[in-house]
Amino acid sequence: MKKERVSILEHELVPKHEIVGEEKVAELLDAYKIKKEQLTKIKLSDPVIKEIKAEVDDVVRITRRSRIAGKSLSYRLVIE
Amino acid sequence: MRTKKIKGIKFGLLSSKEIRKMSASRIITPDTYGEDGFPIERGLVNQQIGVIDPGLRCKTCGGRMGECPGHFGHIDLEAAVIHIGYAKLIYRILTATCRKCGKVLLGEEDRKQFLEEIERQKERQADVGEVVKLVFKEAAKSRVCMYCGEPQQRIKYDKPTAYKEIDEDEKERRLMPNDVRERLEQIPDEDVALFGMDPKNARPEWMVLTVLPVPPVTARPSITLESGQRSEDDLTHKLVDIIRINQRFMENRDAGAPQLIIEDLWELLQYHINTYFDNDIAGVPPARHRSGRPLKTISQRLKGKEGRFRGSLSGKRVNFSARTVISPDPDIDIDEVGVPEAIAKELTITVNVTERNFDVMRETVRRGRTHPGVNYVRRSDGRKVKVTESNYETLAEELDFGWKVERHIQDGDIVLFNRQPSLHRLSIMAHYVMIMPGRTFRLNPTVCPPYNADYDGDEMNMHVLQTEEARAEAKILMAVQRNIISPRFGRPIIGSIHDYITGLFLLTKGEKRFEKEKVLDILHKIDVEDLGEPAGTFEPPEGYEVSGTKGDEVRPIPYWTEKQVFSMILPRGLNLEFQGKTCAKCVERGEECKKEKCSRDAYVMIQDGNLVSGIIDENALGSFKGIIIARIFRQHGEEITKTFIKNVSRLAINYIKQAGFSFGISDEDIPKEGKEQIREEAVHEAEKKVERLIRAYEGGELEALPGRKLEETLELLIMQELGRARDYSGDIAERYLGIENPGVLMAKSGARGSMLNLTQMAACVGQQSVRGERIKRGYRGRTLPHFKPGDRSADAHGFVRASFKDGLSPTEYFFHAVGGREALVDTAVRTSQSGYFQRRLINALQDLEVKNDGTVRETRGTVVQFKYGDDGVDPSKSDSGKFVDVDEVIRESLKVET
Ligand SMILES: [Mg+2]
Ligand SMILES: [Zn+2]
Ligand SMILES: [Zn+2]
Ligand SMILES: [Zn+2]
Repeated sequence: MKKERVSILEHELVPKHEIVGEEKVAELLDAYKIKKEQLTKIKLSDPVIKEIKAEVDDVVRITRRSRIAGKSLSYRLVIE
Repeated sequence: MRTKKIKGIKFGLLSSKEIRKMSASRIITPDTYGEDGFPIERGLVNQQIGVIDPGLRCKTCGGRMGECPGHFGHIDLEAAVIHIGYAKLIYRILTATCRKCGKVLLGEEDRKQFLEEIERQKERQADVGEVVKLVFKEAAKSRVCMYCGEPQQRIKYDKPTAYKEIDEDEKERRLMPNDVRERLEQIPDEDVALFGMDPKNARPEWMVLTVLPVPPVTARPSITLESGQRSEDDLTHKLVDIIRINQRFMENRDAGAPQLIIEDLWELLQYHINTYFDNDIAGVPPARHRSGRPLKTISQRLKGKEGRFRGSLSGKRVNFSARTVISPDPDIDIDEVGVPEAIAKELTITVNVTERNFDVMRETVRRGRTHPGVNYVRRSDGRKVKVTESNYETLAEELDFGWKVERHIQDGDIVLFNRQPSLHRLSIMAHYVMIMPGRTFRLNPTVCPPYNADYDGDEMNMHVLQTEEARAEAKILMAVQRNIISPRFGRPIIGSIHDYITGLFLLTKGEKRFEKEKVLDILHKIDVEDLGEPAGTFEPPEGYEVSGTKGDEVRPIPYWTEKQVFSMILPRGLNLEFQGKTCAKCVERGEECKKEKCSRDAYVMIQDGNLVSGIIDENALGSFKGIIIARIFRQHGEEITKTFIKNVSRLAINYIKQAGFSFGISDEDIPKEGKEQIREEAVHEAEKKVERLIRAYEGGELEALPGRKLEETLELLIMQELGRARDYSGDIAERYLGIENPGVLMAKSGARGSMLNLTQMAACVGQQSVRGERIKRGYRGRTLPHFKPGDRSADAHGFVRASFKDGLSPTEYFFHAVGGREALVDTAVRTSQSGYFQRRLINALQDLEVKNDGTVRETRGTVVQFKYGDDGVDPSKSDSGKFVDVDEVIRESLKVET
């Protein structure tokens, strides 16, 4: 039997992950007056990170559905 | 002050060299004090390692008692001894290294890989433990040394501190501690790194002691008993034992005693040093005091709840605090606390004497120790003087600017009040002191919910604030009225409870007419300026005397309605509409809500501070619900809310005192017809249905529900049927009791208890269960010997048809106890589990902070959440967790339009 490969990004429990462009990252860091290292981290080995082909040092934006706020944003720095 | 940042903490072992280097004295005699009462030289409390006697000076640093922190000494051990704390690790290292050349038994390639992996983990600041575990596992497999070719022997570890080597012929040979030490010494520095150890800070052979550090006397002070006898610390006792055996060992060895005796003494020395470190080792009898009490040695000082870490460092005992039983006082404010005078005389606040308070302070000192007086004064030179019966007058005369006066707490002082367990921030709030006679703390009953307190013997703690900053902070952040809205759910946690709700319910229920005197009575001690226009007048009945009337003159009497009376304490500008507790859920049943024309008067409508319709109950003013309180808090602020709560309480008490209210055992009585009806229509009917179900089951006519076995289906249906029986009997009871019944009234208004409680008391207790099922455990095939095996009927499996008032039959009583036990065990388990869970949560979250930009960050500044709670709302300033109540905003803006 041949296994069909389904992208985990399609799954309803996986929130939207997207790589943030360099300019946007600079804006973000400036807005919060933080360094990249002060973002929360996500491992390169994370299945979603593999799937969206992000690389170490990329920043990903995660958009979640939130029961409280409707939509919530968070940013993570990809690490090894 | 210059602040320094901690870069890291390094842990290592002490080498013999280091122990000698830091030692101020080599200790050789097991004695402490001499005949002259002075410490013996080279003894265990000698003056080189610290002083604990007043008047003596330290011979090492010259400091007096209190100045000298103490200095370590040492004992030169005549024989090497295993350090019990590292016994297991020593065993692992022995099995992992060559018995001849000391190298770790790993091939070059493996060795390199493991070292690299350890390096990587360290760089990541991750735990190297997992890698080290693999090193030991891998190295222990080698039978022959790959470097020198030496065949390895099996090593056996005999708890707690013995090692044996087993050769090919299965012959055992004891490895004495000095053999072990020699082997460990052989391990090259480069190999030590494989154990995750840094050879500069921790060489393996340092785990075998040849020198024992002796802690300073200041760490093990002796106490002088009342008889004048000295009693030494447990550690000192233990050190005495160690020195004695050490000496005996030396004497015997020097005298050339037989090997057997030497080994025995060696073993004894090991035992004493083991118990010196840890007196609670599995399989080792603990060292005991002469009285039979086990000694408290080093590990016992550190471990556990009362140990140094959890007991002395993370938690300490505090001064300026008091604890006693609480009792109610509805006449004090919600932010006040009644403090017994006896406590007020023990707790003080330090006041600097200045020009501005000089006269007041002199008056205070002049009162001496009588309240409100002083306990101590501190002169300008810093000398502290105890105020006594004989010196307070002179002190008052001498009082001068720059002195400090430790005055008793008095009315108006701010203190912190706390009840354990402190589960949320409202468990500690700021109250203002009110000195009272008696021995208990007095607390306004409306503040019980945040503390989760009641008056069945609860005790609470009080802390007196000592600095101006602390008092300001308490006043601004911790005052009770600041915390009316709970940060947990964004609704009031302070509000009416119990009889207050009953009072308000009684007042606002039904149409009432109050003449002026009655109104004033009900408004007693409430600040109302204007009663407003009366609702109307009524003719005085025959023989009615009206003050101010003469003769036969008949004058109509003005009256105010119950809604008007309640409205008098509502602030102007309050507009509110909501459903009360007595609402019959018309909308949910598909009918239209008749709003202010509701036949049950369940629709509360307030217009511009006037109660137009509705009965006031728990929904309106109770703690946890409190719709009116919530609105007043947001619209008018905390001070007005505080006054409102006070007024509501007084109104409720005043009215309930007039109307009268009581609940007794006879209030659970149901008339004969009612009883009959419950027995026949509810219980008997259900039992018959159960029988029918059982017959259907036994006859194979019962059909299984989807996903259930046949037997499960039967049980389920029986449970349903019996549950219905209880509910139905409750309904019947309710009909017979009627709303006027005080029990029903309390349940319906939300004051106390539920209809279920009443059902069980008056009608039928119902099915008892264990784990959600009927009771089925007990004897084979039956629950009790009173029943036939295989009996599936209701009463054989825990259905209690009686009510509490009627009394339970013996079997019913037993089943009830079975069910009750489960509830008891459940709560016990739940509280301990949730307590531990909360401890872990707090430890994990305590350093997170909401910054000014709304982000949540930890101490390094890492952003944990970009917007606090995803919506940036502080729940204690929210409306049930929401930023705004949209419906309310719309209603308000529509009003402005028209
Ligand atoms: Mg209690
Ligand atoms: Zn000293
Ligand atoms: Zn070797
Ligand atoms: Zn209704």
